[in-house]
Amino acid sequence: MITDAAAIITARLSAHPDSHTLERYLATGGYEGLRRALATAPETLREEVNKASLLGRGGAGFPAGRKWSMLRQADVTYLVVNGDESEPATFKDHLLIERDPHQVIEGTLIAAYALGVEQAFIFCRGEFALGLERLTQACNEAYALGAIGHDIFGSGFSVDLVIHPGAGAYICGEETALLESLEGKRGFPRIKPPYFPAAVGLYGAPTVVNNIETVSNIPWITLNGGDAFAALGQGSSTGTRLFALSGRVERPGWFEVEMSKTTFRDLIYAPAFGGGVKDGKELKALIPGGVSAPWFGPEHVDLGLDQDAVGKAGSMLGSGSIVVMDETTCAVRAAWRIARFFWRESCGQCTPCREGSGWIEKILRRLEDGGGRESDLDLLMDACDNISPGVHWPPEQTTICVLGPSIPSAVASGIRMFRDEFLLHVKEGGCPIRGAR
Amino acid sequence: MAPLNEESLARARAVVALYPERRSALIPLCHIAQAQEGWLTPEAMEQIAGLVGVTAAEVRGTASFYDMLHLEPIGRHLVAVCTNIACLLAGGYELLEHAEERLGIRAGQTTDDGEFTLEEVECVAACDVAPCVQVNHRFFGPLDDDSFDRLVDELRSGALAGDVPRHGVLCRVERAVGLLARPAGDGAPAAAPVAAPVEPPARKATRKRS
Repeated sequence: MITDAAAIITARLSAHPDSHTLERYLATGGYEGLRRALATAPETLREEVNKASLLGRGGAGFPAGRKWSMLRQADVTYLVVNGDESEPATFKDHLLIERDPHQVIEGTLIAAYALGVEQAFIFCRGEFALGLERLTQACNEAYALGAIGHDIFGSGFSVDLVIHPGAGAYICGEETALLESLEGKRGFPRIKPPYFPAAVGLYGAPTVVNNIETVSNIPWITLNGGDAFAALGQGSSTGTRLFALSGRVERPGWFEVEMSKTTFRDLIYAPAFGGGVKDGKELKALIPGGVSAPWFGPEHVDLGLDQDAVGKAGSMLGSGSIVVMDETTCAVRAAWRIARFFWRESCGQCTPCREGSGWIEKILRRLEDGGGRESDLDLLMDACDNISPGVHWPPEQTTICVLGPSIPSAVASGIRMFRDEFLLHVKEGGCPIRGAR
Repeated sequence: MAPLNEESLARARAVVALYPERRSALIPLCHIAQAQEGWLTPEAMEQIAGLVGVTAAEVRGTASFYDMLHLEPIGRHLVAVCTNIACLLAGGYELLEHAEERLGIRAGQTTDDGEFTLEEVECVAACDVAPCVQVNHRFFGPLDDDSFDRLVDELRSGALAGDVPRHGVLCRVERAVGLLARPAGDGAPAAAPVAAPVEPPARKATRKRS
């Protein structure tokens, strides 16, 4: 069933080209959520977010309310909003930062108040130059408005906000690497335990790290209540979600839809969304949630965009980015490019990830370029097994962070779904598809 | 090759004052240095080390981790062509090949006149306009061979100078205020951006994490 786009976080930017300005923000209910929040007890706000069952929108899907409840009591605590969006094919936070920066800031401020945090940071991906400019401008405006700073809106609550620019490293999206980077260090993920920054985070202080899309939902939840949010979607997948659709579709783009109610088929084929596979070709495979996710075949297109359903089917909704491959797409080349990405972005701390990604990249390139051997398929699976024993989903962890266990997803999917195509590369001494395109 | 000028130093000190610990300003200060010179000079790294209280080697060791920080001079325009999955499916490699031909350099190289450096980059989160290119971190896409050529012409002629500042200039909006949550004298960072003393690099005891 195709549901109408239920716009919570994209309502303003869909309707107004100047959605990033303070003028438009205030004219469309901006900072009303913050005013309401400041007149409410922090524990009541936290309870509303719990009732909303808002799942973190960064990729892991951890409930935001639970994350908040884990914040260790201490004199100094921090809130860090993760805007380092780098998972390939994901471009929702980029949109929210550039087109509705005040919404990001208002959500951040409400979260800070609910958590009793006096200093918040928005870590913005360095490559988002325009996003940094708009966030900084919005931050200046919010200070001038009295929404940030000392005794905000006369509430007695004080908070500071710093817009922090990243400098280009995929791994800094991992929350402990992000904190290291924010401390002025190389973006090396921290050894766990402690598992959660809520216990030990920035400078060792308890820290909540929330994604940009997650905090963008907070003003609406504050104004409309957690129950209204939870009434959208079904099961544990509540509210709406901003999906990024790309690859071989007629209309690549972002679509905010009610969770669970819309299927992959709707998103790819409906005229209101993707408009079908490009040039009327056949769907070959799709990536349901960023390149860390195992691929789906056409048999999975009727699954709902639902975190649990996608998880049960052997992949993940991850960062909400869906990549469509059609019959002109070479599975080996697609897997190779994803392996190359992980090889380039591995921080190098853990051997399975650092070495395994390079091995896999080189073997896949050899297959694509015509130097492959039949035994390469087993060799690839063996390398995957060394990174994540068993090569199943969810993956076993042998490394400090989840970058390593994400490496096998694409290559193992490719071999399992398109074994004959991989073998044909060996037999024909190179790519049989690329030439035909 | 130059150290930070007075204007950059003033910006740097205001940024240092925003963080509970000075070292957090390391990367923002590297961006300030790049905004001045287009790349991260050894002299600037020395100064940054003093400003944030680490050694110059630690600044270099940190900066070298990050793709956006350039330890060698590069062109005025950093042309970054994405070839990751969404762009690959939309012809990103074909576009990169064309870019190499048009600019007469390979990815990773700089033109002789210092105008362009070409890079093959990972996903820059603009997959709805694939294949996409960033010039000095400003987005362009979707591009084909012809629109790429026009882009290069406009960059060379200066027609796009307003939209695309030279490499290194990242955020052209300055933060207007310092920290305000706690009134000055509260034992917390002062309200207005103040000059942080430039101290010789000192090694601090490693903070215990657990």
